[in-house]
Amino acid sequence: MLEIKDLHASVEEKEILKGIDLKVNAGEVHAIMGPNGSGKSTLANVLAGRPEYRVTGGEALYEGKDLLAMAPETRAREGVFLAFQYPVELPGVNNTTFLRTALNEGRKYRGQPELSAGAFLALLKKKMQLVEMADTLLSRAVNEGFSGGEKKRNEILQMAVLEPRLAILDETDSGLDIDALRIVANSVNKLRSKENAIILVTHYQRLLNYIVPDFVHVLYNGKIVKSGGKELALELEEKGYDSVRQEEIAAK
Amino acid sequence: MSNSELTVEKLANEEYKYGFVTDIETDKLPKGLNEDVIKLISEKKNEPGWMTDWRLKAYRHWLTMKEPHWSNVKYGPIDYQDIIYYAAPKKKPKLSSLNEADPQLVKAFEKLGIPLEEQKRLAGVAVDAVFDSVSVATTFKEKLNDLGIIFCSMSEALQKYPELVRKYLGTVVPYTDNFFASLNSAVFSDGSFAFVPKGVRCPMELSTYFRINASETGQFERTLIVAEEGAYVSYLEGCTAPIRDTNQLHAAVVELVALDNAEIKYSTVQNWYPGDKDGKGGIYNFVTKRGACRGVSSKISWTQVETGSAITWKYPSCILQGDNSVGEFYSVAMTNNMQQADTGTKMIHIGKNTRSTIISKGISAGRSNNSYRGQVRITSKAENARNYSQCDSLLIGDKCGAHTFPYLETNNPTAQVEHEATTSKIGADQIFYLNQRGISTEDAVRLIVNGYCKEVFRQLPMEFAVEATRLLSMSLEGSVG
Ligand SMILES: Nc1ncnc2c1ncn2[C@@H]1O[C@H](COP(=O)(O)OP(=O)(O)OP(=O)(O)O)[C@@H](O)[C@H]1O
Ligand SMILES: [Mg+2]
Repeated sequence: MLEIKDLHASVEEKEILKGIDLKVNAGEVHAIMGPNGSGKSTLANVLAGRPEYRVTGGEALYEGKDLLAMAPETRAREGVFLAFQYPVELPGVNNTTFLRTALNEGRKYRGQPELSAGAFLALLKKKMQLVEMADTLLSRAVNEGFSGGEKKRNEILQMAVLEPRLAILDETDSGLDIDALRIVANSVNKLRSKENAIILVTHYQRLLNYIVPDFVHVLYNGKIVKSGGKELALELEEKGYDSVRQEEIAAK
Repeated sequence: MSNSELTVEKLANEEYKYGFVTDIETDKLPKGLNEDVIKLISEKKNEPGWMTDWRLKAYRHWLTMKEPHWSNVKYGPIDYQDIIYYAAPKKKPKLSSLNEADPQLVKAFEKLGIPLEEQKRLAGVAVDAVFDSVSVATTFKEKLNDLGIIFCSMSEALQKYPELVRKYLGTVVPYTDNFFASLNSAVFSDGSFAFVPKGVRCPMELSTYFRINASETGQFERTLIVAEEGAYVSYLEGCTAPIRDTNQLHAAVVELVALDNAEIKYSTVQNWYPGDKDGKGGIYNFVTKRGACRGVSSKISWTQVETGSAITWKYPSCILQGDNSVGEFYSVAMTNNMQQADTGTKMIHIGKNTRSTIISKGISAGRSNNSYRGQVRITSKAENARNYSQCDSLLIGDKCGAHTFPYLETNNPTAQVEHEATTSKIGADQIFYLNQRGISTEDAVRLIVNGYCKEVFRQLPMEFAVEATRLLSMSLEGSVG
């Protein structure tokens, strides 16, 4: 589904990603862990097409197509979804209107008929139950005045509505209380399928108890320095990034 | 340059879509202004003597005045002798229905997306269409007639109801009021007159579509709306204009009078030609709009969505004379490219327990300049007066400007006045967030701007709100991420 080869990217002339290789197949869940500032969000944003990040080398193929050549909205309509580490507030923009617009843009792109207001509300209601979100958040402006946890949950609601093929969740677990974490993890698990793939960026092994990944990668200073199965997350938790990296260097 | 800026530049180059000139034979006076021209206008319109005298007094007063330049807009000198002060369609139609109207005219309205035929069927909107200064079609008259409501052109009102016009004309905006109002008083060509008698609620929105058409014709509309005791009326004004090379002056006067317990809602969606992207050829819009809440518990509410004109200079105001009277002002003023807008309102509190609300939303894009100028005056007799003002500015891109000039004058210690102001920008992160959900930059800007304007759009009648959204979107083609 996604194949990243030797990807380099900079922001404001500073190189952040220094050659990333990653292959994600349909049905897989990949966890990406790594210290603060190592480039996890940068990778997520580059894949989503954030204009501030400049790709300086390498490529990313999504379903065989050149992902990096697509406009950000095209990537989204093609099924790439980014749950933001810091969701943006959109004062005055109604959450429901926003969600319906987003869904219908994708449907138009895929040649499907747009959903009427009624059909959309019915769908939305189901998705709300899935993520156990309060109705009151729907009538409000997107993320405006939402608590940190509510914003994260709103990201997952958007994911549930848009049903992306490739979802990149950037630290969706941070800022969530224990119950919310379980609910979010459950919703993500329900959205998991043979056709979809998920990339989870996280700092905490705890999330991976709920959403069990097929692969774990360690991103360190702009490079993936180690990859493994779900046990790698436990090892990281035990030993810390530095020693894992030292071992890796020694092994080479 | 980032992607989003590129999109902005691209969009910014789109041109005004409603530019076209309709070819209807026009009967016009030669350029220039003097007492003879004024007498001729009055004569052509077969006006009563007092009207001619009033025009002449206004003209003589105007000669003593200087064009004001205190507002935050810049423009070259206007040659008042280079303007045609009267133009009327040659085939002067007397129509009972639209079918009799000049097909060219009907086509023109269709181009504007407001076919009158459609409107007749739609939601009971009676349309008094002002086309190049003379009304050519008035609909729904009978229905209004039955209720005793008068809705017609000012010229017709001067023929049929001269005493009624005489009683109220110039009582809110006297001919000495300001430079442009004096000029208007001297030369006004036509406009609308609405009168809703005691206790009657006007069952439909009264609507006029203005349009400037004849080349180099200054447009001087005069509108007067009177709601007697306990009456209610909602009036809609909308306009758009064709592309022009020379700047066109528009100096309208609107007067509203609300007696005891009466309510007048006046809504405007304004989209005159703003000029090309260098500001060449746009409309100069210098308007005096004022409402008098003369009676107790009367209410006047101005709602306006401004997207056009090269220069806008407009301050719909309320004089709150009656005790417990209410004045409201809801405004969205959008400027793009080289447009300049200096708009705002005045709320003059005279009666006891008078209340006013001001919600002003400015949107600046391109290299435009948008100023809000608001005055709240609480006179010494206005016990317990209250005002709430909220002035927000939204900047799109970094070459535009927003300015707020609130003036407050309180002469009564019981007054409660609250003023809030914010300035925000559409952030690249907001655009990206929406892009990431599959929404294009253009649509993203629209969503954000519509959200920002919601409080004002909510005040508009439904069909008008849709039109306002559409106009705003059109004007936004040329904005940033
Ligand atoms: N817009 C920007 N301008 C300047 N530097 C930036 C920008 N965005 C990211 N960086 C820098 O790039 C580096 C990588 O940031 P990134 O957000 O990808 O880290 P991260 O791995 O997601 O960290 P965290 O775990 O704290 O979320 C950091 O040093 C950060 O300061
Ligand atoms: Mg991060």
